[in-house]
Amino acid sequence: MKEEELNFEKEQFSLTMIPGKFARSMRTCLIWQFIRFVIINVKMIIVVGKSH
Amino acid sequence: MARLVVLGGGVAGHTTATFAAKWLGSQHEVVVVTPNAKWNWIPSNIWVGVGQMTKEEVTFDLAPVYAKAGITYHQAKAVSINPEGSDSSEKPFVTIEYTQEGKAGETEVVEYDYLVNATGPKLNFDATPGLGDGNGQLGENTVSVCTADHAVHASHKLAEAVEKMKGGTRQKFLVGTGHGMCTCQGAAFEYIFNIENELRKAGVRDMADVKWISNESFLGDFGMGGLHMKVGGYVVSSKLFAESLYAERSIDWLIGAHTSKVENGKVEYELLDGSKGEEEFDFAMLIPPFAGVGLKAYDKAGEDITGTVFAPNGFMKVDADYTAKPYAEWKASDWPRTYQNPTYSNMFAAGIAFAPPHLISKPMKSPNGTPINPTPPRTGMPSGIIGKAVAHSVCDLMTKGENAHLHEASMAEMGAACVASAGKGVFTGTAAAMTVYPVVPDFEKYPGTGRDTDYTFGEIGLAGHWIKHILHFLFIYKAKLNPGWTLIPE
Repeated sequence: MKEEELNFEKEQFSLTMIPGKFARSMRTCLIWQFIRFVIINVKMIIVVGKSH
Repeated sequence: MARLVVLGGGVAGHTTATFAAKWLGSQHEVVVVTPNAKWNWIPSNIWVGVGQMTKEEVTFDLAPVYAKAGITYHQAKAVSINPEGSDSSEKPFVTIEYTQEGKAGETEVVEYDYLVNATGPKLNFDATPGLGDGNGQLGENTVSVCTADHAVHASHKLAEAVEKMKGGTRQKFLVGTGHGMCTCQGAAFEYIFNIENELRKAGVRDMADVKWISNESFLGDFGMGGLHMKVGGYVVSSKLFAESLYAERSIDWLIGAHTSKVENGKVEYELLDGSKGEEEFDFAMLIPPFAGVGLKAYDKAGEDITGTVFAPNGFMKVDADYTAKPYAEWKASDWPRTYQNPTYSNMFAAGIAFAPPHLISKPMKSPNGTPINPTPPRTGMPSGIIGKAVAHSVCDLMTKGENAHLHEASMAEMGAACVASAGKGVFTGTAAAMTVYPVVPDFEKYPGTGRDTDYTFGEIGLAGHWIKHILHFLFIYKAKLNPGWTLIPE
């Protein structure tokens, strides 16, 4: 059984979505996260600008 | 020379006072009244609460910062406001009671021309029997991360629990809200994931049961009625986003819960369906409900006008529409724009201290009549933005006269960023980074979700974690008024 499938055994978790290996690895992939860091920062700066 | 008195030195009060002092220069006086000797970057208390930061890393002394800014500083708490003055004083004034060592208990009258109430909340632990100690302070049954000292205490208790697990004793962790009318679910949300992460790091996760208890009617409500955000190309409800996080980390949840009583190792609760139950724990961090700090107000004759100035929950009335109306008729325009008190135009409220017109989340009651719903969050980014707008308004009133234009900062036109980390390592931690715009949904402007989904998004990863680190250092740098501080946005 894949790691992400283990928790679906609990009834409370059975209707949720749980990330698989690829999605989890992208969370710590430095190149991808650096790109996301830039994008999130730009979006947050726009939100801050719209809020003032 | 006119005098601005700011009550409170948290995010809203500190922002108001420091910007006002900068813009007014030596032409006018800015006074801060706050019972605390230290400023605290509260979001990082989470890391203190799991032993990843020290109290000293999230606090600094206020006195030298205010001395540098030319702000008069009283380490005291405000007791009452006389907005019309009194028999012996034509000018309005506040009565303060000192808390600093050597002067504790002494009272003094501070006259003002303009007043900004930014006292923040009273942590109302005693609203739930057993959550408080009966004297308004945190009780002995649970821990808290609301103050830096509380967080230090929490980290010690967590370390004890970890040691017990290493010794073979299974432990139950219960984290969430300690009352049906709590706000600040985000702090508890971040804390539970940090605990879970610490347990993994310590190699004892399999010895722990971790459970969330909350007054939210669904996971991911966050006091904002939930949000629909862009995640991985989809627009999804925060319910799905939050449930996925909990399921991935095997954290159980109990929602729609009003914690009605806390005892040693046990809470009693009532659910939205009216049923009652108990939950045992070895370690519990339950956020208390917030209330106003209990300021009184008196007119010139000394008559009590607290009910005129403040809402029943103790927060100050501002330019919101407080007309009672059903949920279906709530509008974004109900929310205040200038934060000016409707009765006394030289008084403003900023941050948590202003009375919101109503909830943001859908109001809920159990069949027994117990209200169980989150109250609106006003912390962090909104507090800072409101504080700056109020500072702008007061400075203009002081320098341009009574008819000066008031600056606006409606929470229905304002975004907020929430970065909930799990862990602290630069390459090992992750975070759920969420941005919501606007905080208060506007279904007239954004039919469907009530928010702009281009700027309401969330994702999990190192990127958000790095942002959390940067925010920690950036906001403490800014609050210390170091060079270039005004360039850092709220």
